[in-house]
Amino acid sequence: MALDNTDVEKIAHLARLQISDSDTLEVAQRITNILEMIDQMQDVDTSNVAPMAHPFDASQRLRPDVVTETDQRDYYQKIAPATQDGLYLVPKVIE
Amino acid sequence: MLSKTVAELATALANKDVSSVELTQAYLDRIAQLNPALNAYVTITSELALAQAAAADTARAAGQATPLTGIPIAHKDIFCTRDVLTTCGSRMLANFTSPYDACVVERLQAAGAVMLGKTNMDEFAMGSSNETSHFGPVHNPWDQARVPGGSSGGSAAAVAADLCAMATGTDTGGSIRQPASFCGITGLKPTYGRVSRWGMIAFASSLDQAGPLTKSAEDAALMMNAIAGADARDSTCLDIPAEDFTAQLNQPLTGLRIGLPREHFSGGLSAQVQEILQLAISKLESLGATFRDIELPNNHLSVPAYYVIAPAEASANLSRFDGARFGYRCENPVNLEDMYKRSRGEGFGDEVKRRIMVGTYALSAGYYDAYYKKAQKIRRLIKEDFDTAFRDVDLILGPTSPHTAFKLGEKNSDPVTMYLEDIYTIAVNLAGLPGMSLPAGMLGGLPIGMQLVGPALSESRLLNVAHQFQLHTDWHTQRPEV
Repeated sequence: MALDNTDVEKIAHLARLQISDSDTLEVAQRITNILEMIDQMQDVDTSNVAPMAHPFDASQRLRPDVVTETDQRDYYQKIAPATQDGLYLVPKVIE
Repeated sequence: MLSKTVAELATALANKDVSSVELTQAYLDRIAQLNPALNAYVTITSELALAQAAAADTARAAGQATPLTGIPIAHKDIFCTRDVLTTCGSRMLANFTSPYDACVVERLQAAGAVMLGKTNMDEFAMGSSNETSHFGPVHNPWDQARVPGGSSGGSAAAVAADLCAMATGTDTGGSIRQPASFCGITGLKPTYGRVSRWGMIAFASSLDQAGPLTKSAEDAALMMNAIAGADARDSTCLDIPAEDFTAQLNQPLTGLRIGLPREHFSGGLSAQVQEILQLAISKLESLGATFRDIELPNNHLSVPAYYVIAPAEASANLSRFDGARFGYRCENPVNLEDMYKRSRGEGFGDEVKRRIMVGTYALSAGYYDAYYKKAQKIRRLIKEDFDTAFRDVDLILGPTSPHTAFKLGEKNSDPVTMYLEDIYTIAVNLAGLPGMSLPAGMLGGLPIGMQLVGPALSESRLLNVAHQFQLHTDWHTQRPEV
C-alpha cells in the first residue's frame, strides 16, 4: 500500500512526532517501500493459525500485592528537565 | 596481555602475574590511543574503572574472587548504569544519567568485573551497521572503511580491537551475532527470558535479549554464569534454576546431529561463504558430528513479520520519551503537544522515527488485523518450522550474515536493503531460541562467522560445540592490526 503525504501527517500526529514539510515526501516513499516488503506476508494463508505474542506462549507472572519500592522521588527527579514541589513541569495545559 | 581471553586473564590474575589495576590501566591506555579512530566507546569511565579494579584486587587478596573478578568489561550503552551516561546512541538521551544499574550490569559488577565504559551502538538498537548512532559510526578494526555490524557494533569492535576483555550486547534481530561475525569474535544471544531485561532500554520487548560478546566460547560461558537467571523485576525472565554453562564445554561431539537449512545455503549466500562453511562442517564431522539437510520453509517471511512486530512494540516502548520526565526537551515549547512533537522530532534520528511510524501505522485502527495480527500468526509458523526441525537434529548450523563487513555508507540509501542483512538471524528472535555466531574463516582479510541455533535453553550445548570447534581451529584467535 502506497502512503501519501496526508497518511504520513496522520501517522506522525498519532506518534506525536514532528516531521518537517520538506521531509514528508521522502518519509512517505521510504515507509511505502517498507510496507511493500512487509506485504509478502499477505500471500500466506494463516486462517487456521493462532497469533503468537510470546515465544513460549507464557503469561505474565503475578506477585503478592505488597509495597516493594522505597520513595526515591527527589533522586529520580534530579534528571528531569523541570520540576517544582515534586511535580514535573510542562507547558500550561489549561488556559 | 590485552589480547588474552577472560579465562587466560583470570589465571594471570590468580597467579599474580598482573593486578586488576595494572590490567585496567593498560586497557584504558589502549582505549585512549585507538578509540579516536574506532569510535567504539561513547563514554570512558576511567576513574570508576580504576576504583573498581582496586576493589577487585582487594577482594582477591581476601580470597573472594570469582572467575570474572578484576576482568575489564565494556557495556553497550543500552544498559542503564547508575550515575553514568546512558545514551542508547540517541540525541534523546545524550544527557541522561541513569538513577539505577541494569540487572546485567549489577550482576557483572557483583561478580567483580571492572567497567571500562559504554560502547557505541545504533540508535535505540535500530540498525545493522552502527551508522544510525547519534555519536557517529563505529569503524571496523579489521578495515576502518567498513562497518562493524550492528546494533552492538561498539561492543564487537572493542572486543576485536582488544579495547576490553569482554563486552555486553543485546540482540533483537541479530544485533549480537551479526557484529560478532563482522568483527571476528564470539557472540551469544540467549533464549528469550534467560537474562533479565531490567534496566536494558526496551526496543521490542518480546524479542530483546542481552548476551555476551567475547574472544572465545569459554569466555561467553563464564559471562553467562554471571548474567543468566531469574529476576523478579523482569516479568518475562524465566524462573529456572541457575546453570553452570562451563560444565558441558569439554563434552565430545560424538553422535551430535546438526541440521543444515536448505534456505540458508541458497539465494543470497556467496559461494565463498559457502566454501568456508563447508570447511567448518568438515571439521565438525571429524569431531564426531553428523549433518543432514533440513527445511525452514517460512524463513523468507521472518524479515516481513519482524518489521511489523519490532516497530509495533518499539512505537509503544518509545512513547515514554516525551520530554516531560527525562531526556531531551525542545527549546521554548508553546504548548504540551508542541513539546511532545518537537522533543521527539528533534530527539530521535530518521531510522527511529521511521520505525515508530511503521509501528504506529501497523497498530492503528483498521490495520491491526492486516499487519500486527498477521505478523503474529506468521511468527507461529516460523517457530513451528524450528520445532519440526529439532525433532530430527540437535542443532542448526548456517551463515550468520550473507557476506563479510560492508563499507560505511554502502547500504544506507534504502532501509529495506539494510533490513535484509538480517535474513539469517531474525527468525531466531521470533522463535525465542538461543543462537550464537563464532569465527569460521577469513575472506579477503575480513572475518566471517557461522551461526549455531539450538532449541530453547540449549545454550550449554551451543557453547560446547563452539568450544570444541575453537579447540581445533584458530579463527577466533586472529586479531586485526589496528
